[in-house]
Amino acid sequence: MTSLPITLTINGHRHELEVDPRVTLLDLLRERLDLTGTKKGCDRGQCGACTVLVEGKRINSCLALAVSHDGANVLTIEGVAHGEELHPVQAAFIAHDGFQCGFCTPGQIMSTLGLIAEGQAGDDPERIREGLSGNICRCAAYGGIVEAVLEAQQQLAKADRRTAA
Amino acid sequence: MRDFDYIRPATIPDAIAAAAEPGSAYLAGGTNLLDLMKGGITSPERIVDISRLPELNRIERLDYGGLRIGALVRNADLAHDSAFASTYPAVAEALLSGASAQLRNAATVGGNLLQRTRCSYFYDTASACNRREPGAGCDALGGENRLHAVLGWSDACIATHPSDFCVPLVALDAVVEIEGKKGRRHVTLEEFHRLPGETPQRENALEPGDLIVAVRLPAEAASFSANARYLKVRERTSYAFAVVSAAAALVVDGGKIRAARLALGGVAAKPWRARSAEAVLLGADANEASFASAADAALADASPSGDNAFKIELARRIVVRVLMSALSGTPERLPALPASPFSNIPGVRHDA
Repeated sequence: MTSLPITLTINGHRHELEVDPRVTLLDLLRERLDLTGTKKGCDRGQCGACTVLVEGKRINSCLALAVSHDGANVLTIEGVAHGEELHPVQAAFIAHDGFQCGFCTPGQIMSTLGLIAEGQAGDDPERIREGLSGNICRCAAYGGIVEAVLEAQQQLAKADRRTAA
Repeated sequence: MRDFDYIRPATIPDAIAAAAEPGSAYLAGGTNLLDLMKGGITSPERIVDISRLPELNRIERLDYGGLRIGALVRNADLAHDSAFASTYPAVAEALLSGASAQLRNAATVGGNLLQRTRCSYFYDTASACNRREPGAGCDALGGENRLHAVLGWSDACIATHPSDFCVPLVALDAVVEIEGKKGRRHVTLEEFHRLPGETPQRENALEPGDLIVAVRLPAEAASFSANARYLKVRERTSYAFAVVSAAAALVVDGGKIRAARLALGGVAAKPWRARSAEAVLLGADANEASFASAADAALADASPSGDNAFKIELARRIVVRVLMSALSGTPERLPALPASPFSNIPGVRHDA
C-alpha cells in the first residue's frame, strides 16, 4: 500500500503528511513528529499511557489509525502548558505527588483534561477514580493523582469564575 | 501488522460493495479491530473505513415511541445522552460499566455488537481455536477456563461474548438494522448472535458486505425505566470484562410483577436472554422468593465447561440481586461505580 496524504492539526499546528495506513496516531506522533511525550505502554488500549485528546475527547492513540483521523484536531501533552506556565492540571500533579517514575503521567494528565471537560465526576473521589480507571499507574500514585484532580478542578473553576466576573 | 488497502467510501452502498470483497473488514472506532490486527488474530487485506459515513451517528426518536440508535454513535455519547439514560437506565449503566472512558469515546454501537470474544486461546495464535481457525480444535477445553461459558457451549467452543451493552439490549427486545447487497433487513438481537455448535466461526447473522446501520429499541422498552438495572461482577473494581453480569427490568403494580425482562452476560457465546425466568416472574409476587425461583429457572440448563462451576451459583445470586435492585427502583443518578456490586444500593443485601 502506498502512503496516503492526510492533514492533522496537532497542538494548534497544521501538519500535511504522507502516512502508511498501518501507522497509528501514537506512532505518528512519536516517530514522525518527535512528540514523544505521548507514551507507548501496552500499545493495545489497556494502559492509557498513549491518551491524547482528539476533537477535545480523550482516546487511546494506540488504537487509532492516523489515516482515519485525517483532518482532526489533536492535543498532546506538549500542547497543554502555556509557554513556561504549567497548566493547572500539570501544576496540581506536581503539588500532590501525582506520579513517581512519570511514565504514565502524560496519559494521566490528558485523561484528566478529558475527565474535567466531560463534567461527570464532580468532586467525588470515587467518580474520579472510576473516570480514570483507563490509566494504569504501576507506581500506584493513585492517591496523589486523585488529590491532584480535585485541586486542579477547583483551580479551573476559580479561573472560570474570574473570567466570568 | 500486515499491509492492507485503505478505503474510505462516501456512501453506504459504496461501503457495502467494497466490503463484500473477500478479505475486507469494516473499521469504525477500531478499538477491537486494531487490537486483533496487532496480535495477528485477524489480518484483513482491505480496511473499509466507515467512521465518516453520514447519517449513522444520530439518535432518533421514532414516531410510534421506539428509538433508533445509529451504528456510529459512540458509547460515551449514548450513555451520557440524558434522555436516553433516563429512559433506558440499564443500558446506560451497562455502557458505563464497560471498558474505559477513552475506549467509550471511540467505540461505537455497531462495533460493540461485533466485538470478538476475549478468550485467551482465541487471542493466542499459538493455541488451537476453532473460532479463529475452523477445525483446529479448542485449547480452552481442558485449559485455563474458569471464566468460560456455562450456557449454550459446545465441544467446539466454550468462549463467551464480552459485551455489557448487549445484555440489557437483548432483554429489551432490541433489533439490529442491517443493510446489505439485497437491501435493508431487521434481525432481533437475540437472533443476531449465534451459539457455537459445530461452527463457532459463524458468530452472527451478517453476510459478506452486510453493514449494521442502527440498533432499534421498540416502544415497550421505555416502559421499564423506573425499575431497570445492570449488575456486573468483575475481577477488579473497574475496567474489566464481566465474570457474570445481568440486566433486569420490571413493571411492578400492587406488589405483583406485571412485566419482566432478564438477560445474562459473561455466561455464553451470546448475550443470554433468560425467557424461562421471565415466565416464572410474570404475575408473581415481587419478592426475593420469586427472584430465587427465577434464578433457578435461568440457570436450569447451565453446566460447567471446565473449572467454572462457580459461575453458575454466582449467576444465580447475581440474578436475585439485580432483580432486587430493579425492584428497589432506578436511582436518580447512577452510582459512582456503575453496575458494581460494591456500590451502596439501599435495600439490597450485599451478601445476596
